[in-house]
Amino acid sequence: MVRVVKDLFKDYRFAFSFSIFCLLVIFAALSTFSPYDPTFWFHAPRNLPASWTHFLGTNSKGQDIFWQATFAIRNSLIISVIAGVVSRVIAVLVGLVAGYRGRTTDRVLMFISDGLLVMPLFLIIVLLAMLVRERMNLVNLGLLLAFFGWAWDARVIRSQVLSLREREFTQTAILSGTGTLKLVIKEYLPFVTPLVFSTLINNMSWAIGMEITLSIVGLTNMDIPTLGTMLQWAISYQSLLLGLWTWLLTPVILSIFLFIALYWLSVSISEYLDPRTRVQRVGEK
Amino acid sequence: MSVLTAEKLKSFYVLDILGAEKVVKAVNEVNLEIRENEIYGIAGESGCGKTTLLKALYASIEPPLRLISGRVFYVRDSQEIDVYSLSKEEKRRLRWEYIAYIPQGAMSVLNPVIKLKQTYRDFLDSHVAGKTKKEAFDMTREHINKLGLPAKILDAYPHQLSGGMRQRVTIALAALLKPRIMFADEPTTALDVVVQRGVIQLLKGIQEILGNTIVLVTHDMGVHANLTDRIGIMYAGKMIEEAKTEEIFGNSLHPYTQYLINSLPKFGDKGSRESAPGSPPSLVDLPSGCPFHPRCPYAFDICTEQMPEFLDVGNHHKVACWLMKEGKDAIAS
Amino acid sequence: MQSLLEIKNLTKKFSLGSIISRLRITAVDNVSFGIKPAEIFTLAGESGCGKTTIAKMILGFEEPTSGAIVHKGRRPKKREKVWFTQGVQAIFQDPFGTFNPLRRVDCYFFEAVHNYKLARDKKEAQELINRKLKSVGLSFEEISGRYPSEFSGGQLQRVSIARSLLIDPSLLIADEPVSMVDASLRMSIMNLFKKLREEFGVSVIYITHDLATAYYISDRVAIMFRGNIVEMGPVEKVLMEAKHPYTKLLRNSIPEVDPGKRWSGKITLSDIEHEEYLREGCKFAGRCPRAMDICKREAPEDIYVDGILVKCHLYRRNRILIKDGKERQNSQHLK
Repeated sequence: MVRVVKDLFKDYRFAFSFSIFCLLVIFAALSTFSPYDPTFWFHAPRNLPASWTHFLGTNSKGQDIFWQATFAIRNSLIISVIAGVVSRVIAVLVGLVAGYRGRTTDRVLMFISDGLLVMPLFLIIVLLAMLVRERMNLVNLGLLLAFFGWAWDARVIRSQVLSLREREFTQTAILSGTGTLKLVIKEYLPFVTPLVFSTLINNMSWAIGMEITLSIVGLTNMDIPTLGTMLQWAISYQSLLLGLWTWLLTPVILSIFLFIALYWLSVSISEYLDPRTRVQRVGEK
Repeated sequence: MSVLTAEKLKSFYVLDILGAEKVVKAVNEVNLEIRENEIYGIAGESGCGKTTLLKALYASIEPPLRLISGRVFYVRDSQEIDVYSLSKEEKRRLRWEYIAYIPQGAMSVLNPVIKLKQTYRDFLDSHVAGKTKKEAFDMTREHINKLGLPAKILDAYPHQLSGGMRQRVTIALAALLKPRIMFADEPTTALDVVVQRGVIQLLKGIQEILGNTIVLVTHDMGVHANLTDRIGIMYAGKMIEEAKTEEIFGNSLHPYTQYLINSLPKFGDKGSRESAPGSPPSLVDLPSGCPFHPRCPYAFDICTEQMPEFLDVGNHHKVACWLMKEGKDAIAS
Repeated sequence: MQSLLEIKNLTKKFSLGSIISRLRITAVDNVSFGIKPAEIFTLAGESGCGKTTIAKMILGFEEPTSGAIVHKGRRPKKREKVWFTQGVQAIFQDPFGTFNPLRRVDCYFFEAVHNYKLARDKKEAQELINRKLKSVGLSFEEISGRYPSEFSGGQLQRVSIARSLLIDPSLLIADEPVSMVDASLRMSIMNLFKKLREEFGVSVIYITHDLATAYYISDRVAIMFRGNIVEMGPVEKVLMEAKHPYTKLLRNSIPEVDPGKRWSGKITLSDIEHEEYLREGCKFAGRCPRAMDICKREAPEDIYVDGILVKCHLYRRNRILIKDGKERQNSQHLK
């Protein structure tokens, strides 16, 4: 494991993005030390510029921007992790089973998956978000996004499994008596992992983006600070016109860094895990 | 008259896998002299460096393969051309008109969406200017017929032809501009035995008609027996024996060659046959001295220390083995 | 002695092509043969003759269009796993494709031991694996913890054979096992098959297009052409006294390892891919040097000559025709 990480660090993209990501996670962890409750308003004078007591100043709701931001990052990350992980698990199971079994199982699963692909995602999410607005919390939003995020990758994983099924080591495994589920997990998963990782991180990016979008449109719970809600509040209080730069730019810059870090992480990890380069490295003492 | 010479050719693969450098000594000081109007075969197991040798002779060296030292030169119109000192443009002009290269799995170069006659025409156009469509077609048809292939295939798409026909068509394509030297890398491997015979027939036909030189790389000794005039045996990046084909099969001198010949099954003889024990060495981690010594039944002390020289022992039969020098007495003892 | 495997009138048809032009190709056409215990039987022929398809049907990976496959006197049920129930195993052409490049090779051994319940604990499993590896000339220390890319082709093929021996199979199907192994290392694997037959009583169906190695190890051989068995019998008779013109062509096309015996005549090859499959009459008639009129109209029947099965019109005259299991003296004179 240590060797893997050392190898990955040789890629500058991984080094940069991993450090940024770690910084962001530390930033998010700082939220536990926040002296203020994020949902309360007016615990400090409004619209103060940056100073030593308030590192990034305060916003029009009387909240310290710095500590708000720590919560924002934390919550956005939680949503995206839930969305990403749950959707990966579904995509992998569906893709592996559909690809290997074929016939009816495949048809049924792909029918469901294609249905989700064809539906106008944004409209439906908006609709659902409107319906459950009161009960929308971090976990629910994460699960909602997960439900809509697995279809594409299930199909991609399935096509990889279709080609792996024709390779001779599948027959070797069958002749060794291995059953379907074990075969598919032990033999095909190593080939599928780079896909899973890169799409996980992409999915996380997508989830954060969707969250921001939904927040701007006003569909998520505005009391919970996330990158999206912070931005929403900043816009609706005319921070641009009033010159409240710290309030507006904080979520924007944090998001930009987060997206870049996630993108480079996904690219460098998936290149590292690509079976073609992995086979070259395998067996190194 | 020699048409291609390699002097002290050294070509290695320098790989960088995760910061650790690995050097694969694929061609480890090879001297060759190939004459005109002959078919020269290069034989050896896979991993002995013969494909790399061919690439080095054809001057298609790209990283991670590097030329470490040595020269390769062709003789054209009594002039020596040092292949590695040519510019890209000069090399391009030499290719296909003077030298041709048929890689492994050659049939996949045929464009699947155009008819064969179009492939031939495109090939001609990129080398010979100013031919009309009709002239190109006539030239192609004449060429195909001369080689004994039916002209109707020119109107077909590649997927309509059988695998054997595709391979032969690709070889005929390489011979279209009458190159003086043709390099063929495993042209018969992975082909059925009857198709293989057709391909060998074709190569022989080309050589007879054009009177040129063919350098053939394959591990199949049967193909060498049927096609070549002289054979060079490679082992672990070095040339260890070279002689006329009859000499190699009838009077091989190097222990490895003897193993090679004796392990091949013959019809009418169900007696037991043995391969050489062990496996060929890794080209990254070569044994000291003669690379064959770990598997050689006759190895003695000097074999583990020094690489024997590639010497002519008479009748243009060259061997690199201490048995030749130190001796026949050593075998007796 | 009960026969190990009986193939009766096995046929397999494939549909190729798109909606516009569909071709129905008979990959395996009414093939019948039997395998005895401790016998090496070769299915020989060029690519496209149907030998691999037959192997897949024996293993149960493909369903036959018609005909029966009988293992030890019993027809397997649909989708029955004959490797469990009948002790059938297989090894394949590409040793590097046989194993997953991302997994260690010993994983397959331990999995097989676990799935077939061959040992009670890890120690016993390791002993069993070591024994099987020793019988192919390797040992457990040599393969433990290593990936397929660390072996040579010949070694890996032997590992593959050892894996198939774990369950003590009675039938081993070897599909071109040495064609991707260097010519100089082939003999060690061929000798291994001989040893399997002699010491362990394993029957081997050896599928190849290389008649030289087939001659070296087989007891009986069946020559296949475009889905039909055109000649079948003891290997000495079939290969040294070839009767069918295709067998002669195949036999003569093997390059002799002797520069003194080079080919003199020239041969013709088939040009268009599916042409020969769809031919009426004898499929070889297009290339046969001894084709007669009847060959282009009628497909030949199975005729027994000298204890060898030949499918050729040349042998119809004055021979005993065995048709529908009944002997009939051939009194009809044909053109």
